[in-house]
Amino acid sequence: MSSTQLKQANALSPREFARWMWRQLTSMRTALLLLLLLAVAAVPGSFIPQRSVDFRAVDAYFVNNPKLAPILDKLGMFNVFSTPWFSAIYILLMVSLVGCILPRISVYAKALRARPPKVPKNLSRLPAFVEFETEASPTQVVEAARTVLGRARIDVVTADDGVELSSEKGYLREAGNLLFHVSIVVVLIGVAIGSLWGYRGAVIVTEGDGFSNALSNFDEFGSGALFDPESLVGFTMKLDSLDAQFHVTGPQRGSPKHFRANGTIKTSQDADFEDFAIEVNKPLEFDGAGIFLVGQGYAPVIRVTDPNGDVVFDAAVPFLPMDSSYTSTGVVKVPDAAGEQMGFQGFFLPSSYIPGPDKPSVSIFPAPLNPRIGMNLWVGDLGLDNGQAQSVFTLNTSNLTQVKDANDPEKNFRIDLGVGEKAELPNGGTFEFVELRKFGRFQIADTPMMWVPLLGVCLAVVGLMGSLIVRPRRTWVRARRVGSRTVVEIAALDRVPRDDLPADLGDFLEQVQGELESEQVGKA
Amino acid sequence: MTVEQISQASNFAAGAALVVLFLAFVVHLSEWYVAIRAPKLVAVGAETAPTESADEPEFTTADRLAGVGISLTVLGTILMVVATVTRGIAAERVPLGNMYEFGLSGTTVALVVYLAMVKTSRVQWLAVPALAVSLLVLGLSLSTYVPAGPLVPSLDTFWKYIHVSSVILAAGFFMVGAAASALYLVKNKSEAKGSTNGLMARFPVSGKIDQIAFAATAIGFPLWTFGTLITGPIWAHYAWGRYWAWDPKEVWALITWIVYAGYLHARVTAGWKGQRAAWIGIVGFLTFLFSYYIVNILSSEFGINSMHTYAK
Ligand code: HEM
Repeated sequence: MSSTQLKQANALSPREFARWMWRQLTSMRTALLLLLLLAVAAVPGSFIPQRSVDFRAVDAYFVNNPKLAPILDKLGMFNVFSTPWFSAIYILLMVSLVGCILPRISVYAKALRARPPKVPKNLSRLPAFVEFETEASPTQVVEAARTVLGRARIDVVTADDGVELSSEKGYLREAGNLLFHVSIVVVLIGVAIGSLWGYRGAVIVTEGDGFSNALSNFDEFGSGALFDPESLVGFTMKLDSLDAQFHVTGPQRGSPKHFRANGTIKTSQDADFEDFAIEVNKPLEFDGAGIFLVGQGYAPVIRVTDPNGDVVFDAAVPFLPMDSSYTSTGVVKVPDAAGEQMGFQGFFLPSSYIPGPDKPSVSIFPAPLNPRIGMNLWVGDLGLDNGQAQSVFTLNTSNLTQVKDANDPEKNFRIDLGVGEKAELPNGGTFEFVELRKFGRFQIADTPMMWVPLLGVCLAVVGLMGSLIVRPRRTWVRARRVGSRTVVEIAALDRVPRDDLPADLGDFLEQVQGELESEQVGKA
Repeated sequence: MTVEQISQASNFAAGAALVVLFLAFVVHLSEWYVAIRAPKLVAVGAETAPTESADEPEFTTADRLAGVGISLTVLGTILMVVATVTRGIAAERVPLGNMYEFGLSGTTVALVVYLAMVKTSRVQWLAVPALAVSLLVLGLSLSTYVPAGPLVPSLDTFWKYIHVSSVILAAGFFMVGAAASALYLVKNKSEAKGSTNGLMARFPVSGKIDQIAFAATAIGFPLWTFGTLITGPIWAHYAWGRYWAWDPKEVWALITWIVYAGYLHARVTAGWKGQRAAWIGIVGFLTFLFSYYIVNILSSEFGINSMHTYAK
């Protein structure tokens, strides 16, 4: 900055300075830069896993990049879309947008009432200009032009030596433009409402089990800053069955074909249970909640007895699918057995197949054609008593020891069971694969006023089309009597310059002349 | 014919189209090459030139090559249409179910848009960049080939057809817009230098090219908005219970949208017209390509799983 500029800057009073800042912020150039900045700021969020999208991927990232991850975390790279710097750009853009729209709306309101500008002195200086002579009188010429111009706003002035017409059309362009920008604000507000007051939770429900909508019953839960847990609608659902069908032939053999969750639900305390069916893409929605089927898997029912013969575990255990043939992992924790605590960890294979001697078995099809589970056993302290919340899907083995095979200490003790089969445990207890059930993973969510952003974008498209298609144009006609003939000058000016204007003016001229001719013919 | 045979026929047609379009590309490149050399040729063979041009006063070698290129493009486009239609028959549904089909249908639409514009606005000067991008997208989609088959349940909804077809149409227009922007930059530079060689003479004045770029983008942008910001989120809501979750695919669709919004603004802002606007238009198309293809590749590299099954 040069010293004179500096002096000028110093000379600004705080008010002037604020005004100057405001003008900078609401200028098109700033808006443009903010827009592009927003795009750039969104980029890291697409490369680095985001907590709000997939927190497991973030945990994995920490494990794989122990040095880099904490630094990225400090920069907010795992929550890009809610960091202060992202919000700052977002808010500045919004302010810039509003600051830009408001004055334009008042300008537009005035423009709507304004008359078309007077015919300029020298029409031939305008970018598109034509001139011709005719027998018709100036009034006839102007009337013909008025007919051709149609619905444009038109003023006709009679001057000493002839008649002048000025017209303007295309007011809808600015209306469309304003509608578009206002709609963007509507979208931003609608999205903000949805995310501040909305909630989203996930829960796994096994066939035969139920779920009631309370915070403590969710496996995962997230909500907006202003969400009130009291406002959660209290529904109760029971899952009777989960239908899962897979393609058995053709090139996509084994890929999913159809999933449906069937059950009953009551959506309020005093309502009756009603049947429901939820499919992928066909959620169950009612006031305050939507229930979406987002995943499914197998939940073998497992019964464990301790050396005394007492049943110490008897429940359906969801095993999380890891691939498209539903090779699944799961954990069984038995804290209350006589003797040591037991933890089982292993796999469930819906269609188990052993590819060759000494090869581990794999699942070759997602449907349960040959369901088997294979588990290893740990004993010791499950770590459940220290009060820390633990995932039901992982076994913390830090205070556990793995049990070895009694015959071959080189190998780990291993259970391998089909449905209805039972294994003896080294300590004298038993582990039984009682039956196979399925589970559904449901997302339960509510985004209040979701129609606001939707309406906003729809209006934005409408406004945008208007602002891109409508062409504001001013057309002037001056018809002067010179001797026995009328000299007609026509000129046009586009608010948004385009190079087909002269051609358009040519068309206009032809139409006016055609109109004059037909008038003559009509008279004759 | 069995389903497998029809599927085979589709693959052959797509392969043949790739070859024919590549030939068309080479022919148009040689058209450019001939055009660049043209002034020199006339100078060297000055005596023979008049007799030659007397036979065919209007057509130069470059014009003839352009004609051949367009014929080849028409043939390639017909093959693409065949490939797309047979793919649909083999899969027993509209062929928009995965990345491969998206690329196949998208390139077909883009080529039809281009040929239609050749017919209406004589934009054959767009041939080289238009074919280059078509070949690129077709090549990328071939690398994501999957056999024809039914859809996974989450894709099985009519929203998909609205969503994907508007995105494809938008992409076709963006492609034409980007090609025109690139040519605009080249032509504008040569106009500024005042050097109009034989090749540059084959392009319209830069203002005209700019107009085409703007028109194509202005048609593409509402389509893109409709596809990615209206029908996309509606579908996402039904399929996953959220309409927007900053998934990489969603983020890049938004980035593309923002960049093109920037383009449209730049066009109406004095200081940003012309060159800078053209650059933004090109960047916009690159971000589109990114959201279409590279997100899928990199998401596995960076361990980010996109919910969008398109991403597989
Ligand atoms: C957030 C995304 C935005 C999009 C997609 C967008 C889109 C557009 C489009 C398509 C036009 C062209 C309409 C015409 O023909 O005039 C336009 C014009 C305009 N926009 Fe935006 N806009 C956005 C944000 C903003 C912001 C934040 C500002 C505030 C500074 C702004 C200020 C303007 C102005 C002043 C014009 C009219 C320019 C003129 O006609 O001279 N826009 N916008």
